[in-house]
Amino acid sequence: MSTREQMSIVIVGHVDHGKSTVVGRLFADTGSLPDGKLAAVRAECERTGKVFEYAFLLDALTDEQDQGITIDTARCFFKTQRRDYVIIDAPGHIEFLKNMISGAARAEAAVLVIDAKEGVRENSRRHGWLLGMLGVRQVVVCVNKMDLADWREDRFASIEKEYREFLAGIGAPPPVRFIPIAALHGANLATKGSEMPWYTGPTLLETLDGFTKSPAAQHRPLRLPVQAVYKFTDGGDDRRIVAGRIESGSVTVGDEVVFSPSNKRARIRSIESFNTTERTRVCAGHSTGFTLDTEIFVTRGEIMSRVDSAPQVGTRLRANLVWLGRKPMETSRDYKIKLHTAALPVRIHRLISVRDASTLDPGAGADRIGRHEVADVELETRQPVAFDLAEQDQATGRFVIVDGFDIAGGGIITATVADDQEGFRLESRLRDFRWISGGVSPSERRALFHHAPALVLFTGKHGVGKHRYARALEQALFRARIATYLLDGANLLLGVGNDLAAESARHELVRRFGEIAHLLTDAGLVVVSTSNAIGLSDHASVRTLLGDRPLLTIDIDPAGTATSDCDLRLRGDESELTVVTRITGLLRDRGVIGLNDTTHTDL
Amino acid sequence: MDQLDQLEAQSVYILREAYRHFERLCMLWSIGKDSTVMLWLARKAFFGHVPFPLMHIDTSYKLPEMIAYRDRLAREFNLRMIVGADAAAVKEGRTFPLTQHLPDGDPRKLTRVQCCGILKRDALNSTLSGERQRQRLNLTTGVYEPDPDREPYHGVIAGVRADEEGSRSKERYFSPRDKSGTWDVGDQPPEFWNQFKTDYAPGTHVRIHPLLDWTELTIWEYIKRENIPVVSLYFDQGQGTRYRSLGCGPCQSPIRSNAKNLDDVIAELKSGQLRSIAERSGRLQDGKHGLEELRREGYM
Repeated sequence: MSTREQMSIVIVGHVDHGKSTVVGRLFADTGSLPDGKLAAVRAECERTGKVFEYAFLLDALTDEQDQGITIDTARCFFKTQRRDYVIIDAPGHIEFLKNMISGAARAEAAVLVIDAKEGVRENSRRHGWLLGMLGVRQVVVCVNKMDLADWREDRFASIEKEYREFLAGIGAPPPVRFIPIAALHGANLATKGSEMPWYTGPTLLETLDGFTKSPAAQHRPLRLPVQAVYKFTDGGDDRRIVAGRIESGSVTVGDEVVFSPSNKRARIRSIESFNTTERTRVCAGHSTGFTLDTEIFVTRGEIMSRVDSAPQVGTRLRANLVWLGRKPMETSRDYKIKLHTAALPVRIHRLISVRDASTLDPGAGADRIGRHEVADVELETRQPVAFDLAEQDQATGRFVIVDGFDIAGGGIITATVADDQEGFRLESRLRDFRWISGGVSPSERRALFHHAPALVLFTGKHGVGKHRYARALEQALFRARIATYLLDGANLLLGVGNDLAAESARHELVRRFGEIAHLLTDAGLVVVSTSNAIGLSDHASVRTLLGDRPLLTIDIDPAGTATSDCDLRLRGDESELTVVTRITGLLRDRGVIGLNDTTHTDL
Repeated sequence: MDQLDQLEAQSVYILREAYRHFERLCMLWSIGKDSTVMLWLARKAFFGHVPFPLMHIDTSYKLPEMIAYRDRLAREFNLRMIVGADAAAVKEGRTFPLTQHLPDGDPRKLTRVQCCGILKRDALNSTLSGERQRQRLNLTTGVYEPDPDREPYHGVIAGVRADEEGSRSKERYFSPRDKSGTWDVGDQPPEFWNQFKTDYAPGTHVRIHPLLDWTELTIWEYIKRENIPVVSLYFDQGQGTRYRSLGCGPCQSPIRSNAKNLDDVIAELKSGQLRSIAERSGRLQDGKHGLEELRREGYM
């Protein structure tokens, strides 16, 4: 079995500061090159009349050799006594920043190369910021080409001082070490050079071997972003498997888990795998799958955790992000955010600051983030999403932004920001986490009733015909053997809400309405509701309290001037039959009724 | 978790992302050890099932044992097995082996790289797009029949490894190709953490590479751990030779080796004669830039 440890290291820095030479030299000096490769590259140089460079070992592609720069992230393997290294040689040229990021985002440690003669340059600074943002915590800075600086200690010291001050200024973590090197001569890479007796620290190779693998995430709270729910029926397989990678923590058969943001709970019935012995426990790092003891409906993008250490749920995220798109990121547009396995519409809620990562200068405009700029922003997702702060859990705290077909930016979540649903969301989470279920499960109710629960909410001003339509709908559903109930807002004020003065306690009225709708839908009913007190503006609150049960909002607007979102807008002059037909069509589309061909055919 | 567990977890994660985002998805299976490991990883990812078709581009120069092994596994694993081949090129003699006897300078004479271009790259691109008739294995009869499905594939899983050769070391896990299958290596999308390029414009496709982080050694160690069936051509059958990498008969040569089983092969790679010899050294089309040019135009 393979017992050797592997670590991936990215080499970054400004263009022409000698990154590829550092890597080529490390390969040659550790004897990690295939036989004949060094000779072949030397021969190729001789044939084309170029002076041999160690960089050519890596720059295998024609483009790069022609231009003499690394375009993309090459990956190579080299070995020391301690472990195997995957070296990611990332390009220093600004045009290829996205390639540098692709390389660094995979790395466990980084070597940042600064030219002793040129000193700290634009990309030295930009890469320093990015390593911090990308979560690379083990960084060694090599001050290269010391031969061109006459091997002088004061030159090395002044670069170290300047760069440390820069990093401290932007709040990036300090590097582990600075090493003076001359990659072309091999000084302080694999062996100590005699040229700089004033440097008594370890070589680059010793420093790399001293880096540690990130500690196992299995002692942190459980996080499993749901990647998919599978049911493959070939060969009579009837398992319904919740699949994903455990990003932190561990899972044992019998554990109670909760899914966020749906707040669904279940116990782990089994751990599923192919061609292994049966497992009862699986820990962080494994891509795995589970069956659950109850048939709950969970989807990709939810996070599975324990009840007492659930992730945060919200719609507003404060983040640091870097933008790579050719078109700037603008405050007035919708984008797609991909955060762990979730993907949903997002837009900039507030742009706190934008700047160029190398100069710290303010960016182009206050309403957009330009290419290669970094920003401190508040993002707002269209629906609530589960997440963590990046400092607590990297895998569930970092994201990318998709513009059109392309990943155009990425970032980390630095703080949560309360939105207007915060209070109700917390209430419904605590309620769901502690809910004591009866002996009949929602799926058993569905099977008996032949339909799912839902809330149909009629809104509109007094006297536009809400009650007339609601009654017609209730009667039609009932005749089609659908378990239904008309919840009239006026009745709510008579009993459950008779201690409330309607206007001043509106928030509390909405809460009580939402909780009653939650109870009735928990009983499996299709609740039809009409109220003057609950308006379209409250539907976000009702939705929060209702959880993931379908909510249809039907707005009646005789003037035809309303623009807010709803599922169906009526003028109030439609016939009752038309309205019933359109709403039952929506219920069918949402999978509430007509679950099979033989039910509800009379609607 | 050991290194093989980590590699497996990442590959499984990538395969599940591919299955989630690409409705028209297939996996290229060259019958070699790498793509067979990839097939095995698909069974890991989907709990014993393989929910997309396997595609083999048959050049007609594959060793007969490879074809028999392909069809045996396809039936054993219950695979949707699709084969694409440019039979006309072989029939009309437009291949390297069939033009080898022609004098130098004859315009009909084809190099090895040109032959790969016709039988592999072009055959692959046209089979993926559906322009070329695909053949599908009938699992009941064991016979290949014309596949009625002519729709193009938008997601193509390929078993390339970063350590194989220079151009492959620059690949992304999810790598977009344009309408003609071309790889723009100078302008690849960013790949942050485990967020991949899963949105694509109509007419384009994405190559998915779950094996990028594997090496020849870890592939063999995994085959051993999982007891994955591989073609016996990889082992010395008593002649003192074996194949290290499998391609077309005329363009590969066996290596001298007495490795008769998995333990021998692993020992040979770890500390024996192959410790520092590149795997594809026995592949004759790889010379300077040959493979890279092919890959830009859609080759695996």
